[in-house]
Amino acid sequence: MVASRAVGSLSRFTASRMLRCPGYICRNFTRSSALLTRTHINYGVKGDVAVIRINSPNSKVNTLGQELHSEFIEVMNEVWSSSQIRSAVLISSKPGCFIAGADLNMLTACTTSQEVTQISQEAQRMFERVEKSTKPIVAAINGSCLGGGLELAISCQYRIATKDKKTVLGSPEVLLGILPGAGATQRLPKMVGVPAAFDMMLTGRGIRADRAKKMGLVDQLVEPLGPGIKPPEERTIEYLEEVAITFAKGLADKKISPKRDKGLVEKLTSYAMSIPFVRQQIYKKVEEKVRKQTKGLYPAPLKIIDVVKTGIEQGSDAGYLSESQKFGELAMTKESKALMGLYRGQTLCKKNKFGAPQKEVKQLAILGAGLMGAGIAQVSVDKGLQTILKDATLAALGRGQQQVFRGLNDKVKKKALTSFERDAFFSNLTGQLDYQGFEKADMVIEAVFEDLSLKHKVLKEVEAVIPDRCVFASNTSALPISEIAAVSKRPEKVIGMHYFSPVDKMQLLEIITTQKTSKDTTASAVEVGLKQGKVIIVVKDGPGFYTTRCLAPMMSEVIRILQEGVGPKKLDSLTTSFGFPVGAATLVDEVGVDVAKHVAENLGKVFGERFAGGSLEVLKQMISKGFLGRKSGKGFYIYQEGVKNKNLNSDINSILASLKVPSQPDVSSDEDIQYRLVTRFVNEAVLCLQEGVLATPTEGDIGAVFGLGFPPCLGGPFRFVDLYGAQKIVDRLRKYEAAYGKQFTPCQLLMDHASSPNKKFYQ
Amino acid sequence: MNQDLRMTSLLTYTLKNLPSTSQWALRFSMRPLSCSSQLQAATAVQTKSKQTLAKPNIRNVVVVDGVRIPFLLSGTSYKDLMPHDLARAALSGLLHRTSVPKDVVDYIIFGTVIQEVKTSNVAREAALGAGFSDKTPAHTVTMACISSNQAMTTAVSLIASGQCDVVVAGGVELMSDIPIRHSRRMRKMMLDLSKAKTLGQRLSLISKFRLNFLSPELPAVAEFSTNETMGHSADRLAAAFAISRLEQDEYALRSHSLARKAQDEGLLSDVVPFKVPGKDTVTQDNGIRPSSLEQMAKLKPAFIKPYGTVTAANSSFLTDGASAVLILAEEKALAMGYKPKAYLRDFMYVSQDPKDQLLLGPTYATPKVLEKAGLTMNDIDAFEFHEAFSGQILANLKAMDSDWFAQNYMGRKAKVGSPPLEKFNIWGGSLSLGHPFGATGCRLVMATANRLQKEGGQYGLVAACAAGGQVCHRSFIGASRKSFSWKQNRFIQEWLI
Repeated sequence: MVASRAVGSLSRFTASRMLRCPGYICRNFTRSSALLTRTHINYGVKGDVAVIRINSPNSKVNTLGQELHSEFIEVMNEVWSSSQIRSAVLISSKPGCFIAGADLNMLTACTTSQEVTQISQEAQRMFERVEKSTKPIVAAINGSCLGGGLELAISCQYRIATKDKKTVLGSPEVLLGILPGAGATQRLPKMVGVPAAFDMMLTGRGIRADRAKKMGLVDQLVEPLGPGIKPPEERTIEYLEEVAITFAKGLADKKISPKRDKGLVEKLTSYAMSIPFVRQQIYKKVEEKVRKQTKGLYPAPLKIIDVVKTGIEQGSDAGYLSESQKFGELAMTKESKALMGLYRGQTLCKKNKFGAPQKEVKQLAILGAGLMGAGIAQVSVDKGLQTILKDATLAALGRGQQQVFRGLNDKVKKKALTSFERDAFFSNLTGQLDYQGFEKADMVIEAVFEDLSLKHKVLKEVEAVIPDRCVFASNTSALPISEIAAVSKRPEKVIGMHYFSPVDKMQLLEIITTQKTSKDTTASAVEVGLKQGKVIIVVKDGPGFYTTRCLAPMMSEVIRILQEGVGPKKLDSLTTSFGFPVGAATLVDEVGVDVAKHVAENLGKVFGERFAGGSLEVLKQMISKGFLGRKSGKGFYIYQEGVKNKNLNSDINSILASLKVPSQPDVSSDEDIQYRLVTRFVNEAVLCLQEGVLATPTEGDIGAVFGLGFPPCLGGPFRFVDLYGAQKIVDRLRKYEAAYGKQFTPCQLLMDHASSPNKKFYQ
Repeated sequence: MNQDLRMTSLLTYTLKNLPSTSQWALRFSMRPLSCSSQLQAATAVQTKSKQTLAKPNIRNVVVVDGVRIPFLLSGTSYKDLMPHDLARAALSGLLHRTSVPKDVVDYIIFGTVIQEVKTSNVAREAALGAGFSDKTPAHTVTMACISSNQAMTTAVSLIASGQCDVVVAGGVELMSDIPIRHSRRMRKMMLDLSKAKTLGQRLSLISKFRLNFLSPELPAVAEFSTNETMGHSADRLAAAFAISRLEQDEYALRSHSLARKAQDEGLLSDVVPFKVPGKDTVTQDNGIRPSSLEQMAKLKPAFIKPYGTVTAANSSFLTDGASAVLILAEEKALAMGYKPKAYLRDFMYVSQDPKDQLLLGPTYATPKVLEKAGLTMNDIDAFEFHEAFSGQILANLKAMDSDWFAQNYMGRKAKVGSPPLEKFNIWGGSLSLGHPFGATGCRLVMATANRLQKEGGQYGLVAACAAGGQVCHRSFIGASRKSFSWKQNRFIQEWLI
């Protein structure tokens, strides 16, 4: 429900790069046969150019691990010592991946920062030799070139990249809580300028090939080829190699200069950067911005600035040393463990555990063209799904269609799509008021108003027109799916698909299965969700499922804290400084006061006292005054179109004043307020796992972070318990339990973890 | 290599031209092979898969003759003219060549790509100016580089369906002048101004004027759907088929050499002289420039810089020109006393991915049209393929000769085979003769008809690639492609007896 910036950027990881390539081949052979035993790298010589091909076995991607590293050293030594070879081309044999980064397992296997520092230093040494190579080395890049892959590429004398959508260059280390540890902090600023280098390393954003060319990150572009004498991907790699060889020869013959002409702006920037005062100002500015955005919760960005600064001000020897040391320190932090855990979880949640469905979903129908319905349509049409969007009135339908168009058009403005592609995608959408064409639908997703009788009515209407194979999915945030399915003729085809608003920004999709939902139906839903680009958790049906159920007790606590006299602004700052991307009071406004009340009421009935806390009366009075949150323009804050700084809604004060409860001083310190919120959340999450609503802690963490904005630096409720210590959390719960009662009673699983310190959710 | 090729082709003509008394040849066609060259030729006639492509219950459509004004590099002698001037010259030339009575013509169709907005139905303006009856309807078609192919096949359909008996089809392109527009915002302001009623309204509109409204809008140089220029696409296509720069230059040199030879020998008989107002009479194409491989190798890539392979020398150039052909129902032609040059038989248009297969049309269309006609590659005596770029032609030849491509992209069991070069564009092609987008189709058809007549072949095949859109430097466009096969018979009277 809340877009989380830091987390959103995690999505930019494309390739799964944690696959460690198994099977280190033992070298029992003689030296001469060493060539045959290399598993990650092979090379051939074309004329006087060595073509070094990287191809990690049994993996879709190449990762920089120990084996690849040592084989690379071997090969490079042969290249450097051969008198026949005058230049080299470095290329991957895998389509869509140059090198996707360092092997994460290699880092997580380390137990001390010294070990990590050593890994960094080895890589630094190697890449320095590459950089100083007298035989020019050309990196031929097709596909993801991230992290260590980029660091290797920028050590080479020349870079040629394919202008393919899959070709992305970037330093995403910061998103894993670490820094580029193989020289990028020193080389990037020299190559693309300090501001651009900071931007790359601090945001971790991936850069497409054409942009990289403009920045000076790559020297030449190669267009991907269509069908010819071979399949396009294969021939494109071959062509890239051919082009790279001509450039390698040209560089060796000194016919081509590896230095590129800088534009006027670039020259001016680099001149400005030569003035110490300007540099200091830039460091200061960047540091301020980072501090503001991270609120001191993420150590990596500040260290990156520090290391870059050291390199520029004290020379590269000091820079490299600082880089490797800070790299080691960061790899040992809780934050990096949390972020790496999230990254792994994200990768896991992008797989379909249920296998391929019997029939691929090609025709989708969405009921309700509201914010959610249109959002679901938007993420479907641009993946090639034929989508019907149905609503009851032309006005509502028109609004929904416009939302889809605007979403696509925004991508055109950002140059992520061409206007032609936008139009072609928009043609996949059919807006209509009737059920025409539903007889061909493979899946219907209803996104009508959250009202059980309405959902029942819609379900019956739809079942009369859809074919037997068609899946009926309900997009609801709290109504139990089994209750919706109660009126279905074929409950095995009914499933819950809980999207988060705004659908095109929020990565999470919570899929809810009832006891009757068939495995094939689940497989279909997961497949559609993956196609839509979602990170998916699959949970069991129950009131509030997983995400809403965790959020509800925290929301209840939010209301109580407000009733106790803490202002919305203060509460917001307490929660954001704990790592939540959106403050708790703002969150209520974003979710919608009416929705919050609806959920609180429903779940309150089911779960009773555990979900009590704040008074529902606060929400009820707000609703009666029309303060529904952002959508009505007023909630705890006042929302005006075009106004960035939102002001408090002073009318709230009287409501809160009339419902004021006395605060209890011993549990009302700032820290206590933060922990009252978080521990209720965590306790409920662990209970969900205990009750089997959640299948794995990973899904619990992914759901909490990507759906609800749980602080990414904590890695999710389960990772938080592991890193913070179950005992400490239980202690806190007990303290609050003493003040407020059962709402804070720790659940059994949490207590089990507290009583046996070796028990961890992540082993 | 080109020398050899030319030799080979020459030998072929000689062989074919020897037994020109066909009745004799036909009569002996059942005889087994003998050493005599005459008999070999006779056997060649016999081995055709089909003796005729005539279909029952469908009218035969014939080309009586066709002409074109010389194709000139744009910016040369035609640069001050308008498109309808060129079209009119082609029509006048056709009238003169065929002596067709103007009032017999039922319909006139012209193809063009970049439209002059003043004469958007250029067919009608040119026909009126050339003195055709004002009672003869005329329309203009556009289909990128195959616009005049579309004009001709429209004519064929009109005749075959009995709607018309006599149709003039042609095409015209003037690249010396292209419509450059005011920007959209400027146009909008001008249109609003024309509607403004009071001085106040006008002033308030004018006050919104900004200097950048004056920046002009050029015709897009790229394919609308993909934003890629054709030269760029051709370069990628050549790379996809691993065609080297040298191969492309060699092919371009072949085209120029053959065109020069054909011009010198007077084989380009479809060219009619054009007295350009205020200038000298233009009598021949001026883009034929046989160069040397060394000189061609010096050129820098024109599109994919700095390492691409498509250069100005191995691409067709921007051209001004017009062409026209007279198409009749066979019985009408005979009744009027004409000796038609060729039958127009089967045709087919195909289209595919505008990004990666923009210029591969001939590969896709050729096997289909052959199948439709019931012929094989071996039956064809004359191939005329539009040469957009050397790389494009060579890619098509490679694709047609690849089982892998046929199986994976065309859904066919096996390749169709590439046309033998000794039968392929032997009087030059678009690379050397020029390529006025709208007019090239008629040139291809007349070159085929004239070659068949000259060499004594029976079947010819025309193919061209086209794109759906705009023009770019030294190249043109291709989105849908067509191919065209027909049977020609130089002994038309005998056949009719």
